[in-house]
Amino acid sequence: MDLTVIWGFIIAFAVFAYVVMDGFDLGIGILFPTFDAGPERDRAMNSIAPVWDGNETWLVLGGGGLFAAFPLAYAVILPATYPLIIAMLLGLVFRGVAFEYRWRDPAHRQFWDMAFTGGSFVAAMAQGMTLGALLQGIEITGRAYSGSWFDWFTPYTLLTGLGTVAGYALLGATWLVWKLEGPSQNHARKLAKRAAWATFALMGAVSLYNLLLNDDYAAKWLTAPEIYFAAPVPVLTGITALLLIRSLKTERHSKPFWLALALFFFGMAGLGITMWPYVVPPGLTLWDAAAPERSQIFMLVGVAITMPLILAYTAWAYWVFRGKVGDEGYH
Amino acid sequence: MFDYFDALLLARIQFAFTVSFHFIFPAFSIGLASYLAVLEGLWLKTGKQLYLDLFKYWLKIFAIAFAMGVVSGIVMSYQFGTNWSVFSDRTGPILGPLMAYEVLTAFFLEAGFLGVMLFGMERVGKKLHFVATLMVAFGTLMSATWILSVNSWMHTPVGFEMGANGQFMPGPSWFDIVFSPSFPYRLFHTVNAAYLTTAFVVGGVGAWHLLKDRSNPHARKMFSMAMWMAAIVAPIQIVAGDLHGLNTLEHQPQKVMAMEGHFDSHPDGAPLILFGIPNSEEKRVDYKIEVPKLSSLILKHDLDAPMAGLDTIPDSEEPPVGVVFWSFRIMVGLGFAMMGIGLWSVFARWRKSLYEWPWLHRAALVMGPSGFIAVLAGWITTEVGRQPYVVYNLMRTSEAASPLDAPAVAASLVAFVIVYFAVFGIGVWYILRLMGHTPHIDETGVKEGDGAPIRTAGITPGPTQNPGHSGRLPSGKEEV
Repeated sequence: MDLTVIWGFIIAFAVFAYVVMDGFDLGIGILFPTFDAGPERDRAMNSIAPVWDGNETWLVLGGGGLFAAFPLAYAVILPATYPLIIAMLLGLVFRGVAFEYRWRDPAHRQFWDMAFTGGSFVAAMAQGMTLGALLQGIEITGRAYSGSWFDWFTPYTLLTGLGTVAGYALLGATWLVWKLEGPSQNHARKLAKRAAWATFALMGAVSLYNLLLNDDYAAKWLTAPEIYFAAPVPVLTGITALLLIRSLKTERHSKPFWLALALFFFGMAGLGITMWPYVVPPGLTLWDAAAPERSQIFMLVGVAITMPLILAYTAWAYWVFRGKVGDEGYH
Repeated sequence: MFDYFDALLLARIQFAFTVSFHFIFPAFSIGLASYLAVLEGLWLKTGKQLYLDLFKYWLKIFAIAFAMGVVSGIVMSYQFGTNWSVFSDRTGPILGPLMAYEVLTAFFLEAGFLGVMLFGMERVGKKLHFVATLMVAFGTLMSATWILSVNSWMHTPVGFEMGANGQFMPGPSWFDIVFSPSFPYRLFHTVNAAYLTTAFVVGGVGAWHLLKDRSNPHARKMFSMAMWMAAIVAPIQIVAGDLHGLNTLEHQPQKVMAMEGHFDSHPDGAPLILFGIPNSEEKRVDYKIEVPKLSSLILKHDLDAPMAGLDTIPDSEEPPVGVVFWSFRIMVGLGFAMMGIGLWSVFARWRKSLYEWPWLHRAALVMGPSGFIAVLAGWITTEVGRQPYVVYNLMRTSEAASPLDAPAVAASLVAFVIVYFAVFGIGVWYILRLMGHTPHIDETGVKEGDGAPIRTAGITPGPTQNPGHSGRLPSGKEEV
C-alpha cells in the first residue's frame, strides 16, 4: 500500500484513539454538575483520574502526527479554525489542572468543579466544530488558508459541535454505568439514555446535512457503485443504536460502553467515506498534503517501534483499573 | 506584508510568552528528575533514610512542575500550526518527524514511568522503582534532545533539499538533520543550564531552611549537594557557553556582533564592551565601558585578530541589538554570580563553615531563582539574535506567520496571558508552599500527608500503587 494512505490511517487511528479515550473523560466533565457534590462527584472523577493524562497525549500525537505526515493540512486547518483551537487548548488547561486543584484547595472546590465542567464542554464543542469546519470545506489559495477568521461559525458546525458534546456525554455516561454501582449507576444510566437519543438525533441531522453540503458527498452516498461500499455504515450504525438502547434498558454494565464505542467507530468510518480522498475538503487530497517519502519512512520506523509499546502499556493501565470504583477511591 | 505587521508582532509576542512560560517548567523538571535519580541512587547505595526523605520532599514538587510543563507543552505543539502556518507547511517535512519522535519517545517513557515513580515504591519494589525514576529522568533528557535538535536545525539548517513547492525536504541523511552543526553545543549548554537552575533552586530552599534552623540535617544535605553542583557545574557551563559562542560566531556572525555590541569593524583587535547602551539609530554604543582587544582574545584567541562589525551587514539582516546585548549580559552576569557562589561555598567548606555563614545562605537564597532568569535571558539572546530569520538565512520570520487578522491574535494573546498567570500562578504558589515546609524525617510521599491524591500520573496512576491501603484495588477486587 501507498505510504501516504498508511499515514492517513495512522493519523485517523490517533484521532479515533483520542476521541474515544479522552471522549469519555470530557463527557464525564460535561455531566459533572448533574452529580451530587461530595462522594458521587469524587467517584466519577476517580474513575478517570488514572487515565486522563495518558488519554490526552493522543491529542498531541494527532497534532504532531498531522504536522509531520501532512504538513500542508496542519498549516491550513489550524489557522482556519484558530479561535476554536485556542478555545480547546485553554479549555484543556482548565480541565487538566482542575484534577489537581480541586483536591488541593477544598475551599474553592466549587470553582474548580465549574472549571472542570466548563473546560470539558468548551474542549468538546471546539473539537466538534473543528470537525464541522473541516467537513464544510476550507478555502485555500496557493498553500494557505484564505478565508476569514469566522468562516468556521455556521449552523452546520454548531450542529457538529453539539453532536460531539452529546456523543462524549454518551461515552462518559456509559463509562460511569460500567464503573459505578447503586444509585449513582442508575443516575448514570438515565443520563446515558438521554445522551444516546441526543446523539442519534444529532448524528442523523449531521449525516443528512452532509448530503446538502456538497454534491461530491451526496454523490458518494447516493449513487452506485459507491453506495454499495457506503450503505453498510448507516445500517450498522442503526443496528448499534438499537442494541445500545436495549442494553441500557436491561441493566447491563459494560455493554453500553462498548456499543457507544462501536457507534463512534461507525461514525468515524462514515466520516472517512465522506471525506475520502480529501484531507482538507474541497481542494486538498491526502497526496497533495503529504510529506515527502523520506519523512514518511523515517517516522514510520519510529511509529512501528513505539506504538505497540504504547498500546500495550495503555491496555495494561486500563486492565489494572478494571472493575467498579469503590468509595475509598484513591485516598 | 505591511498589512500583516501588527498580526505578526502579536503572534511573535504570543509565541515568546507561551514558550517562555512553558520552558520555565522543563528547565526545572529536567534537572530535578536527575536530582531525584541521584537521591534515590544514594539511598539505595547507603540505605540512609535522609536521602529517601529528600527524595520524597522533592518528588512532591516535581509532580506539580511536571504537570504544568505537560499542560503548557500541549499548547506549544499546536501553536506552530495556528500562528506559524507558512513555517509549518515549509519545514514540516523536516521538523515534523523530529517533533513526532519527541512525542513518541517522551510520551512512552514519561507517561509510562511517571506514575510508578510518583506512587509506586511500595508496589513495584525499590529496584524497579529506581528504574522508573531513571526512565523519567532519561525521558526528560530525550524530550529536550529532540526539541533542541529541531531548534538547532532552524539555527543551522543543513541536510535538506528545496522542493519545487517551496518546502524544505529531507536529504538522504537524517543524521545530518538531527545533528546539525549547532546542536551538540546547544544541547549541552541547555541541559547544563537546566541542571544549574535546579541546583540553585535546591540550594535556595536549603539555604532558607538553614537560615531558620542551621542544624536541620535535611537542609544541610540539600544545601551541600546544591553547592557542589554550583562549584562544579557553573565553571563547566561558562566554558560550554564560550564554546557555544564560538560555534555561533562561525554560523551566525551577526548574532555575536549584536551580543558584543560591535557596530563597527575592528581590523586590529576588538574591545570587549562590558556595559553600555546600544544605540541602533546612531549605530554606536553610548556610555560604554570597554576592555581593549579582549573580545578578539575571547572569540579568536588572539589579541589583534580582526573582527567584522554590523557595518558589514545590511540593515535588513541585522538583529535588534539592544535586546540581544542586554539579555546576553544578564545571562553571563548571572553565570559568573553562580560561579561566585560556588567558589564561596568551596571556601566555606574548607573553613568548615558551610552551614554557619548566614551571608552565604542569604546569597544562595537570593540566587534561588537566578537559573530561570539566566535560562530565559539565554534563550532571548539566541532567538532574538537570529532575527530576522526563523530558518537561518533561508526563511524570514515575517514570511512564516499564519494569514490571521490582528484582532484574532490579540484576543488569543490576552486569553493566554490571563489564563497562564492565573492557572500557573496558583501552581507556582503551591510549589512555593511545599518549599516553605521544613523537610523532616519520614517525609511523606506524594499521596499521604495532605489527604489528596495527585492526578498527574501519566498512564500508570498512582492509586493502585498504594497496596498497603487495604490490600484491595480500588475496584474492590482482590489484588492480583
